[in-house]
Amino acid sequence: MGFRSAVVTFPGSNCDRDMAVALEIASGTPALRVWHGDAELPERLDFIAIPGGFSYGDYLRSGAMAARSPIMRAIVEAAGRGVPVLGVCNGFQVLTESGLLPGALMRNASQNFICRTVSLKVENSQTLFTSQYDQGEEIQVPVAHHDGNFFADTETLDRLEGEGRVAFRYLDAVNGSQRDIAGIINGAGNVLGMMPHPERAVEPAHAGTDGRKLFASAVARLVDA
Amino acid sequence: MKVHVHVSLKPGVLDPQGRAIHHALEGLGFEGVNDVRAGRLIELDVADSVSDEALDEMCRKLLANMVIENYRIDKLETA
Repeated sequence: MGFRSAVVTFPGSNCDRDMAVALEIASGTPALRVWHGDAELPERLDFIAIPGGFSYGDYLRSGAMAARSPIMRAIVEAAGRGVPVLGVCNGFQVLTESGLLPGALMRNASQNFICRTVSLKVENSQTLFTSQYDQGEEIQVPVAHHDGNFFADTETLDRLEGEGRVAFRYLDAVNGSQRDIAGIINGAGNVLGMMPHPERAVEPAHAGTDGRKLFASAVARLVDA
Repeated sequence: MKVHVHVSLKPGVLDPQGRAIHHALEGLGFEGVNDVRAGRLIELDVADSVSDEALDEMCRKLLANMVIENYRIDKLETA
């Protein structure tokens, strides 16, 4: 059987291969690859990943076009059934644009594209994506984005905080995000969106391997189930 | 029918692009500019049969992100 994961590729995705490699390292099983125009996902998926990049050239708004693509209808439906969905960077933007996660990702407050390794705090280690981390653990993960400035109204922010739905927070201000939020989960806990790239921190040749535990968490959950 | 959809950031939402434009105007020596907000104009050419409700839905479903943006629909005179 193995861990059945799928990585979506949109025109302009550029982290899809890295994501597939990270999933294979964690699970020992190659990830399936799905094209944006596909109307259906492979059956019996244990995990869906929406990678980083510049889907549809960031036309209109980052993630806006991808969120309305055929495959996203299938992903919204799968998420509703409880299938874990991870969106990284542009994938996070797609998740907010599709309504699977609240808020929006705006232009960085500095107006600059930011590409460097940042320190994150694991704010909730009880999620299916973070169970292998310690609560409050500090990790180093790269960011590379122009539109990572998380915005939501105060009521939404308070609800996210109150319900433990802030998964990761920047230890230092990076991009102007409200309350330094780097990653959030949905109410059901099976959808995570984050701007930092855990798939770029899984090999000794990378800047670090702090991203490994995220993928290991998702795999461990399935093995334990 | 020509339709202009004006999309702008909601009041209170920080607009880094508008701020940068503001700084640039000041740098060029223009005085008296109190604030700058940048938006987007989308021009549609639609059949006369397209309803106001449909135009509204286009804005809500795609053209504007209702979390951070407002929109205004201007229907222009058909030549």
